Amino acid sequence: MSRFQFPKSIISRPLYGVLKPRQGKFHLMIADAEGAEALFDVALADPEIMAKSHIMYFPKNTGQSYIGKLEELGAAQLYIGPSYEASVSRLRKILNDAKVGLQIYLTGTESLIGQGMQEVAAAGIPHTEVQTEHRGSVARRMQCVHCKGITEDVIYDPFVCSHCGLNLFVRDHYSRRHAAFQGVCVDAENPGDIPDPVELYS
Amino acid sequence: MSIQFKKETFRNDYTFRNSQWAIDRFPFPFHEDSYMYSVNMEQHQGGPKGSVFEKRFDVDEHYLSEMEDRAIVLAEDPLRCQSLPHMTLAGWDLLELIMVSKSEDYPDLFELHREGNNWRWVNKPMNIDDQFVFMDETTLPYGPMEYITRQTQGDFAVLDQRDDNLWMDAGMVTTQADWSLDFDIGMNFFEWHAPVPKAHEMGIFVRALKFLLNIQQGSPARRLNWTMTVNPLLDTSPENYHKWGVEKSTLAKENVGEKQHLRVELQTFFRLPRSNALVFPIRCYLIKLEELVTVPKWGRRFHRVIRDLPEELATYKGFINNRPMIVEYLSAFDDGQPTSDGIWPD
Amino acid sequence: MSAGTNKIVVTVTDIVEINKLVKRFKFERADRGQLPVFSGGAHTVVEMLDRGVTRLNPYSLMSDPMNQDAYTISVRRDDEGRGGSLFMHQQVKVGDELTISYPVNLFALDLRAKKHLMIAGGIGITPFLAQIKQLSALQGHFELHYSVRNKTVGSYVDELTEIYPRNTHIYYSDHGQLIKLVQLLDGQPLGTHLYICGPKSMIAWVRETAASIGWPREAIHYEEFLAPQSGKPFEVELKQSNKTICVGEHQSLLEAMEAADVDAPYLCRGGACGQCETNVISFDGNFFHRDHWLDDSQKASGKKIMPCVSRFEGKSLVLDR
Repeated sequence: MSRFQFPKSIISRPLYGVLKPRQGKFHLMIADAEGAEALFDVALADPEIMAKSHIMYFPKNTGQSYIGKLEELGAAQLYIGPSYEASVSRLRKILNDAKVGLQIYLTGTESLIGQGMQEVAAAGIPHTEVQTEHRGSVARRMQCVHCKGITEDVIYDPFVCSHCGLNLFVRDHYSRRHAAFQGVCVDAENPGDIPDPVELYS
Repeated sequence: MSIQFKKETFRNDYTFRNSQWAIDRFPFPFHEDSYMYSVNMEQHQGGPKGSVFEKRFDVDEHYLSEMEDRAIVLAEDPLRCQSLPHMTLAGWDLLELIMVSKSEDYPDLFELHREGNNWRWVNKPMNIDDQFVFMDETTLPYGPMEYITRQTQGDFAVLDQRDDNLWMDAGMVTTQADWSLDFDIGMNFFEWHAPVPKAHEMGIFVRALKFLLNIQQGSPARRLNWTMTVNPLLDTSPENYHKWGVEKSTLAKENVGEKQHLRVELQTFFRLPRSNALVFPIRCYLIKLEELVTVPKWGRRFHRVIRDLPEELATYKGFINNRPMIVEYLSAFDDGQPTSDGIWPD
Repeated sequence: MSAGTNKIVVTVTDIVEINKLVKRFKFERADRGQLPVFSGGAHTVVEMLDRGVTRLNPYSLMSDPMNQDAYTISVRRDDEGRGGSLFMHQQVKVGDELTISYPVNLFALDLRAKKHLMIAGGIGITPFLAQIKQLSALQGHFELHYSVRNKTVGSYVDELTEIYPRNTHIYYSDHGQLIKLVQLLDGQPLGTHLYICGPKSMIAWVRETAASIGWPREAIHYEEFLAPQSGKPFEVELKQSNKTICVGEHQSLLEAMEAADVDAPYLCRGGACGQCETNVISFDGNFFHRDHWLDDSQKASGKKIMPCVSRFEGKSLVLDR
């Protein structure tokens, strides 16, 4: 099953809900990987909504598994992209043309939800108005507090920053502006004393 | 008395020291022999003559050296000073507040001459004499917040007020107790305090926010906060933690009085008039244990506070490993005598 | 001092009759100094000594927030009310001294907005006048939709249409002109913020319509000051102060506490800011909650009251004040 119950944590750590169809003239749904399953649930709850929806989907490591069923949803517009990164300018254009009242749905990995939120909030939609649902991997998008570089898909704690090479521990402190959790040097006080990596939530 | 500005460093050879004058006016933060979080706010309308509470923005002997240290930090990492686009107006508010306060409170050091929007600002200690047009960013070398906070001791968090919350949307942060402006910018009051243990459950932040949201123009408030730092390092940033963290491990029996510092933040809160934002200046005062224990009451009390502090707080404040050594050092200055109420020396 | 804000003594230097309902008052500092600048949307609380009763009424500042020489407010005469506006209209003369509070803003602009969409009804125009002056100085993007009954009671209509012809839209309701709200709210670009000030019914109408179109709650700002209403006199025991006071027919509970020298905090005096929230220790009777601050469950709980606008009828009421 693609659902995961995150344990209670500090206040800056995002909480995810369950997507529900909302009232509105237009709906923008952004999903990656197993997030497709959450969109199926929305369509099931309100089949009418898809005619007013634009879906942006990134399969990540799920290949073709969800594509056929997504096509059958009857969305007004369906875009299947190779990666979220490749779609950013497309997303910005859509938000730039949008009107107040546009409903946003973000689902899939924390990285996708976070980055989608980043764009949507910059366009002027309050983050509290955006629906989110986590599905699939619990890997994190981490920012190294030292060099500011982002390391994607972090699943072990501690991990090595893909930019500066420092060994970082994984914090729950989260920045919406960076769409990332904070990674902090694990052996600053005792250089070389690096704990064995442990899989997140294992 | 005119202030004798010292030439000293907060890095490398660490030549920072407090004069007797600075020790006598140090804002010792403990009013009793134990410590727990509280919303310890009071009005910021002056204080005892010569104390750090007297002026709206305290200037002391470390001024020029602190400003030099800030310039070094900013040259290495410009992200320590950031302002989201909607905060420029608050930056002008802050510039005005500081220029007016300093020129009124320290007329021998600072002058402000205004003719309409044509302003002239004279900062004698820093050898600055600039003319600019108020509210016109093109007439200053930096944005208004950066310009004035490069000339004012302490960190500055500038908070936008919306939706019954405060949002950290601008700041100048180079002397922080291990938090990152670049990471926290844009967060609300509860989010940027998220890593603080215990206080959320105690309802501290809910009460503090309610108080802060209602701070009005002309009625600033203040409180003290504290932590511990090995060496007189102003820039205890997460950004540079991989460089300074190791210094914590250099603490030893022989050097604890010299190296271990109590770090006190005088936090003040002012409503900014044009933007309705709130500015939160966080002024850092450092004192070596061997300077602190020269005041007998402080030596006794600090020993008891550190000895009895809950483990979670000692961990959060970053000195859990060094606590036994610090307590041992301080115990020599605690003769078990009772201490008087309040923060002031007997 | 916990109550309210710092005070300023001002001299009334000009009174202009804008129309048969509205008078504009100009205040300058009595000591001839400069007044504090403020942010558009702020109000000041004016103290009135009305035949032995002190009234403190909030009025939106309508002058240019950057102007430190004078403040102006507009007061609409309310013949049904408890007398604050009648006092301003009938008793206050040029040259009088009044005490006002420092500006307080509970209706601030969201400066992140890409566009500010303002909807005003009647005397609700006043906070927008200051906001518009502020936005003009900052090159902000605004659009005003202002509904009034007719031209003769349309305060500041001429001024607005002359200075901001492209941004101002006037609707005369006596002539059947209504704001086409659905159409207006439906086409706004992302990042637009909506501001409403006017009668209660208008605020409710705009908020409900916006919500039905999917407007984000945080992009909707409104201000409605309630004037305290008269009611049956009642007695209150104040536990902390160890006093029992009587709240008169035309007095609010907050005013009665102040008259008894009980330190009671406040900011808006109109049921909006939450500053005067007071715990109820015990009661036997019925509350008349009229504020916007407490939610329905708090109102039903009988544990809290907002003394600025709410009243009580019954056998006994004991407050933690």
